[in-house]
Amino acid sequence: MNDKKKKIIIIGNGIAGITCARNIRKKDENSEILVISGETEFFFSRTALMYIYMGHMQFEHTKPYEDWFWEKNNIQLLQAWVELVDFNNKTLLLDSGKKVGYDVLVLATGSVPNKFDWPGQSLNGVQGLYSKQDLDIMEENTVGISHAVIVGGGLIGIEMAEMLASRDISVTFLVREKNFWDNVLPVEEAQLVNKHILEHHIDLRLETELKEIYGDDSGKVDSVLTNKGEKIECQFVGLAVGVSPNVKFLKNSDLEIGRGILVDGFFRTNIQDVYAIGDCAEFREKPGDDRKNIEQVWYTGRMHGETLAHNLTSDNAVPYRPGIWFNSAKFFDIEYQTYGLVPNERKEGIDSFYWESESGKNCLRLVFEKESEKILGVNSFGWRLRHEFFDQAIQEGWSLEKVLQNLHKADFNAEFFDKFYKKVLEKYASVSGKKIEIPKRSFFHRLIGSRA
Amino acid sequence: MKKIQVIGLVLFIFGLIGFSLIPFIGTYQLEREMVEDKVKEEHQDDMLRILRPMYGETYSSNFSFVSDFNHYFDAFNDELKSNEDWDQVIWDDYAFDLTKAASQGAVSDNPYLFLGISIGLGVMGGLLYILPLYRNEPEGIKNDGIYFSSMKSRGLLGIITGTWLIVFYVILYWFPEYLTNLVLMVDPLSIFLSGNPASQWFLYGLIYTLAILVMGIRMFRKYRGNTYQTIRTASVMFFQLAFAFLIPEILVLLNKPWHDFKNIWPLDYSFFYDYRMEGMLSSGALGMFMLVWGIILIIVCVPLFTYFYGKRWYCSWVCGCGGLAETLGDPYRQLSDKSLKAWSVERYMVHGVLVFAVAMTLVTIVNYFMEFGLLGQATDQLHSVYGFAIGSAFAGVIGTGFYPFMGNRVWCRFGCPLAAYLGIVQRFKSRFRITTNGGQCISCGNCSTYCEMGIDVRWYAQRGQNIVRASCVGCGVCSAVCPRGVLKLENGSEEGRINENPIIIGNKSITVKS
Ligand SMILES: Cc1cc2nc3c(=O)[nH]c(=O)nc-3n(C[C@H](O)[C@H](O)[C@H](O)COP(=O)(O)OP(=O)(O)OC[C@H]3O[C@@H](n4cnc5c(N)ncnc54)[C@H](O)[C@@H]3O)c2cc1C
Ligand code: SF4
Ligand code: SF4
Repeated sequence: MNDKKKKIIIIGNGIAGITCARNIRKKDENSEILVISGETEFFFSRTALMYIYMGHMQFEHTKPYEDWFWEKNNIQLLQAWVELVDFNNKTLLLDSGKKVGYDVLVLATGSVPNKFDWPGQSLNGVQGLYSKQDLDIMEENTVGISHAVIVGGGLIGIEMAEMLASRDISVTFLVREKNFWDNVLPVEEAQLVNKHILEHHIDLRLETELKEIYGDDSGKVDSVLTNKGEKIECQFVGLAVGVSPNVKFLKNSDLEIGRGILVDGFFRTNIQDVYAIGDCAEFREKPGDDRKNIEQVWYTGRMHGETLAHNLTSDNAVPYRPGIWFNSAKFFDIEYQTYGLVPNERKEGIDSFYWESESGKNCLRLVFEKESEKILGVNSFGWRLRHEFFDQAIQEGWSLEKVLQNLHKADFNAEFFDKFYKKVLEKYASVSGKKIEIPKRSFFHRLIGSRA
Repeated sequence: MKKIQVIGLVLFIFGLIGFSLIPFIGTYQLEREMVEDKVKEEHQDDMLRILRPMYGETYSSNFSFVSDFNHYFDAFNDELKSNEDWDQVIWDDYAFDLTKAASQGAVSDNPYLFLGISIGLGVMGGLLYILPLYRNEPEGIKNDGIYFSSMKSRGLLGIITGTWLIVFYVILYWFPEYLTNLVLMVDPLSIFLSGNPASQWFLYGLIYTLAILVMGIRMFRKYRGNTYQTIRTASVMFFQLAFAFLIPEILVLLNKPWHDFKNIWPLDYSFFYDYRMEGMLSSGALGMFMLVWGIILIIVCVPLFTYFYGKRWYCSWVCGCGGLAETLGDPYRQLSDKSLKAWSVERYMVHGVLVFAVAMTLVTIVNYFMEFGLLGQATDQLHSVYGFAIGSAFAGVIGTGFYPFMGNRVWCRFGCPLAAYLGIVQRFKSRFRITTNGGQCISCGNCSTYCEMGIDVRWYAQRGQNIVRASCVGCGVCSAVCPRGVLKLENGSEEGRINENPIIIGNKSITVKS
């Protein structure tokens, strides 16, 4: 397939589109690859937007590749918004009025923040956070303000709270759930995060929802009303109640769209030569038991891009098959990692072992099948774990005891940090009555800092 | 900012102003006895004669004093040079010693007072500012606002600081006669430690050590909760204070040659110079130990420790240059250049310096065994070129003066020949690596931004590859700032250490080689 010269157009220069472009180029030297994206000229890391606002980095630092990289690899970039796709004639209409034709089209348009038709949501000073433009607006909206309200107890909500706090803007954080992010986290973990949020002087309001937003005469937000009838004065409202696939400009065409662009396991849409990857794609069938139909994280976007690139450059197309689920996040100072299946509520046939440090800032939850004690998943807070270790353990179905026995090998914290696994084994011994000994390392091994 | 910190800042600034102004106060008056005291036997007659017009004259500033001194001294030499009487020319530099001796007035009368209102205020102010930092804040990464800070992101304050440092280094290395007042005020301390009056190098050693200690305490505050950073910082503080500052002075007190037992050739480029060799060979068992220990460091410790721990054992745990970079320089670590181009410049430069240092040392040693036959002139030339260009201009002026412009490791990255040697071992034969944690990287760029060596850590992390780079000094900050727990500095088996074609965990459809 490598000899045919095709014109491949990718809409969206996020992780999905860019990974796809790079991987096509690695295997196919001839095809023309054009990435069209409206947000920025060059690929940047969306996940790092918060660090620009906090002054940890400048926008320049969020670009994973230097600017010369694209030309060197013969990947063309065009900063423009695609307004319309004419699938019949295989052409795109750009905001400049220009038309561009393609042979193969990859849609990687990402997401847009949700809005729920709250009264007052279009006032000045009310916004979501997804794009570089959103960040620039947030910068303007928060100049000289003293109090902000964040709505939505998810990952972006807590990031926005952290961002504002870093600039000494006080924050009221409205969370609909009983505990922070407890639609994903088991209650102990969720409460651990609650406590940490409070430690950062965020005014956390659990089980509280936004009712209405009010503005002043100039059209700028000045307060919000909660479902508990409380009015909170503020000069900024951050809406962080999830994201949805960015597909608006594709509606009213032959392309089949559900919540996202509907694709099969090969990322094929209902239209020949048109594919969708990343946040904007919706699988007709879940790619795995514990997977969702729409995958909205960084690394899944990357894997979609890799897999589609393979399919576009090889005669052996393969369906997308993600491995063991994993993810990570950071809540203010506490890092979170998860591997495999960790349900937020008790489930039939599934049990878990939980340990928390005395400081309340580190914890570990091992989830296993009740009957067989086969490990299913793990959550950790304030404790870095080795991906490779849990990928293998979960895949091979290690027993809980085997995992505990080898837990020291999973420790990914920096050298000289507390050895939490010792505490975990102590706790396990006290709840199960089973004492697990880890093999002692010789003095020499300790001296050379070897984990073997 | 807390009130006490504001006071600290004000005191620090006063201390800095004091330090900058002290060189310019007082008067200068040269007497015949001073010349007799400071000048070598063989130059006495000439010097006594040429400086005669200055005796008894009171100069109101060091500028006029030094200018007159240079005038008479140069006139004498110039004449000899034009007559090609080379062996009569006085090559020794008497400007510093004579200016120091001639200095009169407040500073020599009250050294403690002036020490107090300059260095003393600086240290006290620094501590008052630093100790309350991050009090009542949870442990965590404290990088908020770095890129809004004029000091830390090449703003006006950064430019002023860098310029001040550069000017200070230039004067220290090439015009120390203007610093004599500052040296006078540390005389009592020097006499207490080594029994000798201070030189400009004692003054420099003192502020260098204090900078590491005070800014080391800042590291404890900033990285509170990160045990690796705490222990590592304590280690560089200890080695600077004990090995680079106190022990050498005590050796001098015991009539032994000044010697820093942790400094290793070729960073310690003069180790094999004949005056150093003779110093060691004529100092009995201890001198012999210095020589043997120095050689063991070069041929055993460097490869062995670097094999087990990576070059970090030296660069970010022991070394004085590294110590200053990791403490005083920490606020500037993000300013290093991460481009691929900078990396290629770095490789040419640092290995070029290594080649230069090795060649120069070989010539020196050959020369030594040939008893200064053929190569005498050549060695002197080489020494002075190296000393000027590398030892002073690069390591000092650029190495530290450029902190606020190009980050805190300019010297270590582009110039240090020992770093080049350690780096070669680290790259090709070591158990050290920074492990990338599977597929967890989100390409945010914190690691690359805060790598003081300008390593594009993210390039490796996002493709699931371990970081094995000659230049990595193992400071551990990339790992500390990573928000997703992706990086771990560790020592382990050599197998699988370098994974050129990594496969990121997580995708079972295909195995893409990044
Ligand atoms: C603040 C924030 C923090 C996050 N943190 C994490 C995290 O820590 N970990 C994690 O796993 N995930 C995180 N995510 C989610 C992650 O960033 C996304 O899943 C991922 O970026 C999606 O990549 P993508 O390539 O599918 O789309 P995008 O990155 O959204 O890229 C799509 C691009 O297409 C452009 N585009 C769309 N329509 C058009 C058009 N019509 N014409 C031209 N261009 C168009 C868009 O402007 C955009 O630039 C975060 C998201 C946000 C907003
Ligand atoms: S790669 Fe990491 S440990 Fe090495 S020098 Fe850079 S920041 Fe320090
Ligand atoms: S800091 Fe961590 S997550 Fe961010 S780019 Fe570096 S390794 Fe990846």
